[in-house]
Amino acid sequence: MRPISYSRVSDVGTAIGTVAADPHSAFLAGGTNQVDLLRIYVEQPRRLVDINDLPLKQVEELPGGGLRLGGLARMSDVAEHPTVRRRYPMVTESLLLGASPQLRHMASVAGNLMQRVRCTYFRDTEAPCNKRAPGTGCSAMEGVNRGHAVLGTSECCIATHPSDLGVALMALDAVVQTEGPAGQRSIPIDDFYLLPGRTPEREHPLTHGELVTGIDLPPLPVAARSRYIKIRDRESYEFALVAVAVAMSVAGGRIAEIRLALGGVATKPWRARAAERELDGAPATPESFTRAAEAEMAGATPHGMNAFKIELGKRTIVRALTEMAEREGSA
Amino acid sequence: MKSHQAIRTAPAPDSAVVRGPDEVEVRLRVNGTTRRMFIEPRVSLLDALRDRLDLHGTKKGCNQGACGACTVWVDRRRVLACLTLAISCENREITTIEGLAEGDTLHPMQQAFLDADAFQCGYCTPGQIMSAVALLTEGHARDDDEIKEWMSGNLCRCAAYPHIRRAIRRVRDEQGGERASH
Repeated sequence: MRPISYSRVSDVGTAIGTVAADPHSAFLAGGTNQVDLLRIYVEQPRRLVDINDLPLKQVEELPGGGLRLGGLARMSDVAEHPTVRRRYPMVTESLLLGASPQLRHMASVAGNLMQRVRCTYFRDTEAPCNKRAPGTGCSAMEGVNRGHAVLGTSECCIATHPSDLGVALMALDAVVQTEGPAGQRSIPIDDFYLLPGRTPEREHPLTHGELVTGIDLPPLPVAARSRYIKIRDRESYEFALVAVAVAMSVAGGRIAEIRLALGGVATKPWRARAAERELDGAPATPESFTRAAEAEMAGATPHGMNAFKIELGKRTIVRALTEMAEREGSA
Repeated sequence: MKSHQAIRTAPAPDSAVVRGPDEVEVRLRVNGTTRRMFIEPRVSLLDALRDRLDLHGTKKGCNQGACGACTVWVDRRRVLACLTLAISCENREITTIEGLAEGDTLHPMQQAFLDADAFQCGYCTPGQIMSAVALLTEGHARDDDEIKEWMSGNLCRCAAYPHIRRAIRRVRDEQGGERASH
């Protein structure tokens, strides 16, 4: 690890001002991803600004009925928060199915959104990688790409976005609250994640020194009937091969409301809008579910070893919808 | 971008105290005692414990947050010392495996690991025990499935898992917590 200097700040203004003034600085929150990336020379800030003393750890009710997760709230605290559990079960499940108990105690929810990809070539400073070193090429295209994305890819990058929480937030239309040198902003979660396109090094629309202060969950009754399913190579402590976040209500045998997002298969947490269009108002039957899964994965592009994710993605979508429908039927 | 309006502009000037990159004085409270050392800010809590404070109980396995051998408690919560910068732990309470026993009396979980033969090579054991004690405090040991899930951050390459679970069940049941289901 390169030498670094360290500052600890206790208010948001100083945190932003300090990082904004120094292009070689970075915020330090839980550190679970950042310290690792520092150690392997993938990220090389010269100064870390420790923001763990900032008052951004609360989970608060919003006036309109939503919930605000403080940016520095820990994954474990948000997961076990009774209101989150009751009103947004998919958020709790996405958090508890990620990482390990130790990491969840450390990692903040804002850091979870900002985490970098786990593509082995991104993490290997000897390998060409357009995300880490723009213009050097993508080693994953013809390389070991079993874990890589089939949706949202470009000719420059096929790295899978690793966040589970982000997938649930995408299904819920969460809003990311930021504060930076130019003031405060509210960024819809779908805009907060950028597709790689020709600039895979740019993952978020944030400026240097802009801080994620909170994540707003909108008031959404259907979210109380939601879940997060994660398929992976081992049962625990592993990234997703495919994950599905689903919220659904059924009335008179037809799907009244549907929110569907995918993880493990795309370059950003993926809102399954094609599937949602098929499902909206459709009979809650296996035929509808299969049609929706086919529609969503029709746009998938395999890259050799990851081709299995297309079929696995379809099956996981169908399973998630089937289980939700059964639960709705017995409710 | 959409209607992202600037609401307030109040960044303070760069007024934060800069420490490092050379060695700086850091005080850590470890196992109830304040320890003073001179370290660079990049030094992990794991390296500070082992190399500066001679607390070798906490083990370095993967050094990248994958194995759990370095599990310690910061402010009573189990965390990974390899991904924690030591300097960030000032004003926090650190507990390592060396802080678990009461004098010569082992912590019940340490004793249970001995009695249940819950290790072979022993390298992961300090991390397993720190995690296991925290697991019971967190209340996630109702049955074996839950123990498996909530101990998944601690790998054991000797695969002593059944005996580790036995040790945890024993302490759980002795503590009169949730009823045993096995």
